[in-house]
Amino acid sequence: MRSRDALLATVLILGAAACVTQTSSSRPPERPTVGFGHPISEADVAPWNIDIRTTDGRGLPSGRGSVAQGKVVYEAKCIACHGPEAKGGAMYGTMVGGIGSFKTNSRVVTPGSMYPYAPILFDYVRRSMPMDRPLSMTADEVYAVSAYILHLNGLVPADAVLDQATLPKVQMPNRDGFMLDDRPDTRAVRCMRGCK
Amino acid sequence: MPDTRRNFLRRSALIAGTALAGAGLARSTSAAPLEVPPTAQQPGRPIPPASYGMPSKFESQVVRRRTDVFVNRQNWSDWSMTPLQHQHGIVTPNGLIFERHHAGIPDIDPATHRLVIHGMVKQPLVFSMDNLLRYPSVSKFHFMECSGNTLTDWTKVASTTVQQTHGLLSCAQWTGVPVSWLLDEAGVAPAARWVLFEGADGSNHTRSIPLDKVMDDVLLVYAQNGEMLRPEQGYPLRAFIPGWEGNVSVKWLRRIKVADQPWHFRSETARYTDPMPDGKWRQFSFVMECKSVITRPSGGMKLDRPGFHEIQGFAWSGRGRVSAVDLSVDGGKNWQTSTLEEPVIDKCLTRFRYRWNWDGRPAVIASRAVDSTGYVQPTVQDIMKARAIAGFVQHHNGVFPWSVSASGEVRNAIA
Repeated sequence: MRSRDALLATVLILGAAACVTQTSSSRPPERPTVGFGHPISEADVAPWNIDIRTTDGRGLPSGRGSVAQGKVVYEAKCIACHGPEAKGGAMYGTMVGGIGSFKTNSRVVTPGSMYPYAPILFDYVRRSMPMDRPLSMTADEVYAVSAYILHLNGLVPADAVLDQATLPKVQMPNRDGFMLDDRPDTRAVRCMRGCK
Repeated sequence: MPDTRRNFLRRSALIAGTALAGAGLARSTSAAPLEVPPTAQQPGRPIPPASYGMPSKFESQVVRRRTDVFVNRQNWSDWSMTPLQHQHGIVTPNGLIFERHHAGIPDIDPATHRLVIHGMVKQPLVFSMDNLLRYPSVSKFHFMECSGNTLTDWTKVASTTVQQTHGLLSCAQWTGVPVSWLLDEAGVAPAARWVLFEGADGSNHTRSIPLDKVMDDVLLVYAQNGEMLRPEQGYPLRAFIPGWEGNVSVKWLRRIKVADQPWHFRSETARYTDPMPDGKWRQFSFVMECKSVITRPSGGMKLDRPGFHEIQGFAWSGRGRVSAVDLSVDGGKNWQTSTLEEPVIDKCLTRFRYRWNWDGRPAVIASRAVDSTGYVQPTVQDIMKARAIAGFVQHHNGVFPWSVSASGEVRNAIA
């Protein structure tokens, strides 16, 4: 029994090795024994450490913003490209609606219809928006504009105030809308004569 | 006026190139007497004291172009495409490598650029470019393809040329340092499973990447085709993830963070995901599957006469090597194997060639690649059985036909 397990393990290891050889000849050589990185503390990385783990909001900063404040921020910093009430503007299409459209042939992808987790909005707006001055908005402004866009999508009430505790709790309709990559998903055969 | 002249020259060159041998008619026609060219009767331009060489002025039509299917209203989050119909051999010249940026092209001083590695590591580390250039370097030939390549042409004809249908594809020799070396130096925690790459551009573009892949073959790249990266390719430092969709190879790389789970950023939920028939979205679909396309003759070209024509194209696979490319000249009813040109490299463009004697009747030509895992390039119809092709759909690796009319016009025949 034990030797059969050992044999099986050997077969599995060989199988895995063969697989790696076949698909990963891009693998690099051994690491040299030297290293040239300089130690740095997490505290000193903090100004760059802006990512949000969007599933639970880990990394969200302190601060807060309301839907009403968000409307003011939006109309100052976003409306030129995204249009009134985020319905589409000079540069981009709508950021509102599309919920329920994914089983049709005209899927409408918006933060409301698509994002599985509400903190994605905070992470993206902070790191990339507004396009002419990314990383310029305060945490309060980002919470506020996130609240406004979520409200326009019918996902928070008009009096909502969002912060690091409440934003991750907003239920997004596409929460369970994703599946992991399961390709290859085609089984084409190599027909050579009289095909189709 | 110069444009007209260039176009005329280009057309003449194409006709001359496609009609060289094989046609008995060409051979029996007597050529005009040769004249000594003026360039042979005078000195050329002197060698300047210092210069960066540029292509001949007669090649000015060989440039990257934005899509001709629609017009983006801004050009910061936009893309430009490689003129594959003009690419000879497997390497894309640096000035022609396709672009996809989310907030334009930053100009970063390498003296001030820093890369930090932190998160679930024993010791967070920061590197200057000088630090990174001290490591032994690794150089690898690999293709890079945008997940959106060919997305305008699934079920209806939209694009004209192969530059427009397949030009979000390039190939280069990439030089840099394995990320695994630097992660080992920082000491990755046993529970770590994912890594974040983040750029120093105005989008602060970021993606979550499985640690297994990063430790396997991912490079921190600072050079391409023998020179430092071009600004639009991430100067001075980018990630390069062999075989995977281009946008995970984060450019202008400034931060690597190690964690136990993915972040689910916008760039991996609302973007770069694939619609499925039941209303779901396929996520983390990183691998660019085996694909091929004929680049010559291709859309917008004209065969001037029947007879000998060499069909040329590219094949590639994000899962390994190209093992065969089949060629059909009758719309997919019958297939023959083409010749693969060495070198055939893992996760790299591979050149195929097929000698075709065109009988002058309308034809539909197409290529079909097979990779080292045995995967056969599917048709769009095969893909549609598994996925929902509705809207802005990525990961199109379908067989791509071109039609040749009786007068030799070559056109997109995807539908």
